[in-house]
Amino acid sequence: MAIDMMKKVPVREQEPKVRATNFDEVCLGYNKEEAMDEATRCLNCKNPQCVVGCPVSINIPGFIDEVKKGDFKKASEIIAESSALPAVCGRVCPQESQCEGKCVRGIKGEAVSIGKLERFVADWARENGVKPEVKAEKKGKKVAVIGSGPSGLTCAGDLAKLGYDVTIFEALHKAGGVLVYGIPEFRLPKDKVVQPEIENVEALGVKIETDVVIGKSTTIDALLEEEGFDAVYVGSGAGLPKFMGIPGEQALGVYSANEFLTRNNLMKAYRDDYDTPIARGKKVVVVGGGNVAMDAARTALRLGAEVHIVYRRSEAELPARAEEVHHAKEEGIIFDLLQNPTEILEDENGWVKGIKVIKMELGEPDASGRRRPVEIEGSEYEIECDTVIMSLGTSPNPLISSTTKGLEINKRQCIVADEDTGATSKSGVYAGGDAVTGAATVILAMGAGKAAAKGIDEFLSKVQ
Amino acid sequence: MFRIVKAKMLVEKIYLLEVEAPRIAHTCEPGQFVIVRADETSERIPLTICDYDREAGTVTLVIQVIGASSYKIAQLKTGEMMADITGPLGLPSDFVNEDIEEVRKRNYLFVCGGLGTAPVLPQIKWMKEHGVSFDVIVGTKTHDTLILEKEFEEVAGEHYFITTDDGSYKRSGMVTVCMEDLIGNEGRHYDVCVAIGPMIMMKFASQTSLKYGIHTIVSMNPIMVDGTGMCGACRLLVDGEVKFACVDGPEFDAAKVDFDSAMKRMALYKTEEGRAYLKAQEGDTHHGGCGNCNGD
Ligand SMILES: Cc1cc2nc3c(=O)[nH]c(=O)nc-3n(C[C@H](O)[C@H](O)[C@H](O)COP(=O)(O)OP(=O)(O)OC[C@H]3O[C@@H](n4cnc5c(N)ncnc54)[C@H](O)[C@@H]3O)c2cc1C
Ligand SMILES: Cc1cc2nc3c(=O)[nH]c(=O)nc-3n(C[C@H](O)[C@H](O)[C@H](O)COP(=O)(O)OP(=O)(O)OC[C@H]3O[C@@H](n4cnc5c(N)ncnc54)[C@H](O)[C@@H]3O)c2cc1C
Ligand code: SF4
Ligand code: SF4
Ligand code: FES
Repeated sequence: MAIDMMKKVPVREQEPKVRATNFDEVCLGYNKEEAMDEATRCLNCKNPQCVVGCPVSINIPGFIDEVKKGDFKKASEIIAESSALPAVCGRVCPQESQCEGKCVRGIKGEAVSIGKLERFVADWARENGVKPEVKAEKKGKKVAVIGSGPSGLTCAGDLAKLGYDVTIFEALHKAGGVLVYGIPEFRLPKDKVVQPEIENVEALGVKIETDVVIGKSTTIDALLEEEGFDAVYVGSGAGLPKFMGIPGEQALGVYSANEFLTRNNLMKAYRDDYDTPIARGKKVVVVGGGNVAMDAARTALRLGAEVHIVYRRSEAELPARAEEVHHAKEEGIIFDLLQNPTEILEDENGWVKGIKVIKMELGEPDASGRRRPVEIEGSEYEIECDTVIMSLGTSPNPLISSTTKGLEINKRQCIVADEDTGATSKSGVYAGGDAVTGAATVILAMGAGKAAAKGIDEFLSKVQ
Repeated sequence: MFRIVKAKMLVEKIYLLEVEAPRIAHTCEPGQFVIVRADETSERIPLTICDYDREAGTVTLVIQVIGASSYKIAQLKTGEMMADITGPLGLPSDFVNEDIEEVRKRNYLFVCGGLGTAPVLPQIKWMKEHGVSFDVIVGTKTHDTLILEKEFEEVAGEHYFITTDDGSYKRSGMVTVCMEDLIGNEGRHYDVCVAIGPMIMMKFASQTSLKYGIHTIVSMNPIMVDGTGMCGACRLLVDGEVKFACVDGPEFDAAKVDFDSAMKRMALYKTEEGRAYLKAQEGDTHHGGCGNCNGD
């Protein structure tokens, strides 16, 4: 079949009607032939802009060239030089604003499907048992990594490759951070994709101790002073949910997206063989427009509800990945845009019976450069519903900063850290990922973990 | 995996478990709790730390069977493993971090209802070790449901008052009756009252102590998931502000707690089935301990 050089080789997906009723992965990915066809669309640019767009600077033309030749092992080795979690990033990176957003193919036609190719290579490597190798000599120094999300895993993996003795401490009972408790199965399969990536990190010699809440079970100061760690990396994420502070938020049936997603993803409420309860609403309103809101909405849909997304700006400002918005629409999520909740209404037993919203219009651009929504007076009306999921963003948890002497934070509760090395205001303590930037992306969190591994290595090479 | 070094039934449906958890035993203080998971498919459920042994590296939990997950934990035997235990979570009781000289100037009253007896044990032990004076009231439905009598006797001696709702043992009537007796009739003076038990009991106990102008602390037990401030399930209104019980509590100033909205939120996963189950299991001892039905 001739390939249309202007267009991406289409990727196979589950039918919207079918997938709306199951938790299996939506996107089925490329097979060998499709991947090799898509690879021929890459121009192997001398000065590849795509690499500039990738926060960890994967050698994109390099790995795509190997895909073109059919040497997938080589392709996976090239990716592994820069990324520890390619099967994850290929699935969840906002490619349209990163690598693919800069691809020259995108000027006249569609960008090369870099994310899908990366995913293909990573899946192939996993299925064919390609494992990262460790060659480094042991350095005899111990590093503690707090949090097992993408930034912690990356930092730990890189340090282990350099010969450090690394232990990850994770508060929850399972490693993976947002990859296991936040992003749903239908976008990022847990047993198939996330677990093997974690096992790869363990295969490098990294120990993972779950059920340890730093700041409670022990502290950073105690790790350094009593447990013999030479350095600490804080990759504790930004998990603290926000609420709106409107009347009725205490009603039964109002969840934070974190609670709703944790119950369903980490605790597998959607499966009958788990004990976790979840309220299966009939009509659910999700407030917010980011990836988290899309995930909560599509999860509620799969649990059997009619789902509305209420977002105060317009479609152009939706912060979610384009692919997720597209998928959500295909599956039948209803978007109530330019509307903002003002009150949650309760029935006589305290359960949610509706939500009052006010219509908005876009005014002057605000500090973020996006046009600021302003209320249209007198336009309030009620949407009937039995469940409200608040997805208004999250901020870093103060558990660590409040229990560590001399660790500077900014007014958004984020840990202050050097962008190039991850160094914080406290000697020997490094930080990165959402804990430093506030809620961002998987690939940025990984990038920060990588930079900090280098920073820590330089620091520990100097002492003694 | 965490090993159970001792498991025993205290009274029907209430079990004591001593678990090997060195990190927790090393740092926990009175007032804090843990989150446990019996096995891979269980819920994460919060339980108060009822005792700890820093040397042996163990913590003691007392658990009442009310649903699937508490049942699974209660089934665990000496020598078996539980999948997870995380903590210590929440803030220690206020007195732990206050100036000990100030604390010693006060007289404390502890009021325990039913299962709330267990979490008070480490608090009165702390009082005794630090030379602080206190009385403790333990209220229970009937003689057969009384727990930890020997342990309380040892720590509190003559400052230990038992009351049964049905008058089958020691004093007669709800804890509030006993509080009135001690404060109103016997003229005892208290500076701080700590009330722990079912929400409905805490609501009425604190009404009584607040009436006498006693600063009152209650330990809130809303539904929780992670216990680290991540999910917001445990949110409560305290002084009109949203607080997370798992990180800002679980102990709060009773005068500022909105008990009614908290009790309403407890009903979240309480289905018709669950209610029927509780009623059937507890028979007429079911008087609001579920925090939902107010004894219906
Ligand atoms: C629902 C959802 C969907 C998303 N979708 C996308 C997407 O499509 N694409 C994308 O690029 N990004 C997405 N993101 C954002 C992305 O997941 C995060 O930016 C990224 O996971 C941050 O990584 P991290 O390692 O910094 O933190 P996290 O992944 O948050 O991991 C932090 C870990 O630290 C642990 N921890 C916290 N405090 C402590 C403590 N005191 N002691 C021990 N452990 C602790 C936490 O339990 C957690 O496991 C999404 C986020 C959510 C919530
Ligand atoms: C900080 C804190 C400390 C606690 N300490 C103890 C303790 O030391 N010992 C102990 O036995 N229990 C304690 N609890 C209560 C215990 O966590 C619940 O009994 C348990 O979660 C019920 O789980 P289940 O799966 O067995 O019951 P489920 O099947 O979840 O519920 C059964 C019934 O109990 C009700 N219920 C659910 N959650 C709670 C809750 N948190 N409290 C009361 N009723 C609930 C439900 O509405 C339902 O009707 C504590 C709770 C908190 C928040
Ligand atoms: S890691 Fe993300 S940004 Fe980089 S090439 Fe892969 S998909 Fe693109
Ligand atoms: S910019 Fe596009 S065409 Fe050029 S190397 Fe990168 S992926 Fe290939
Ligand atoms: S239990 Fe999740 S925030 Fe308190």
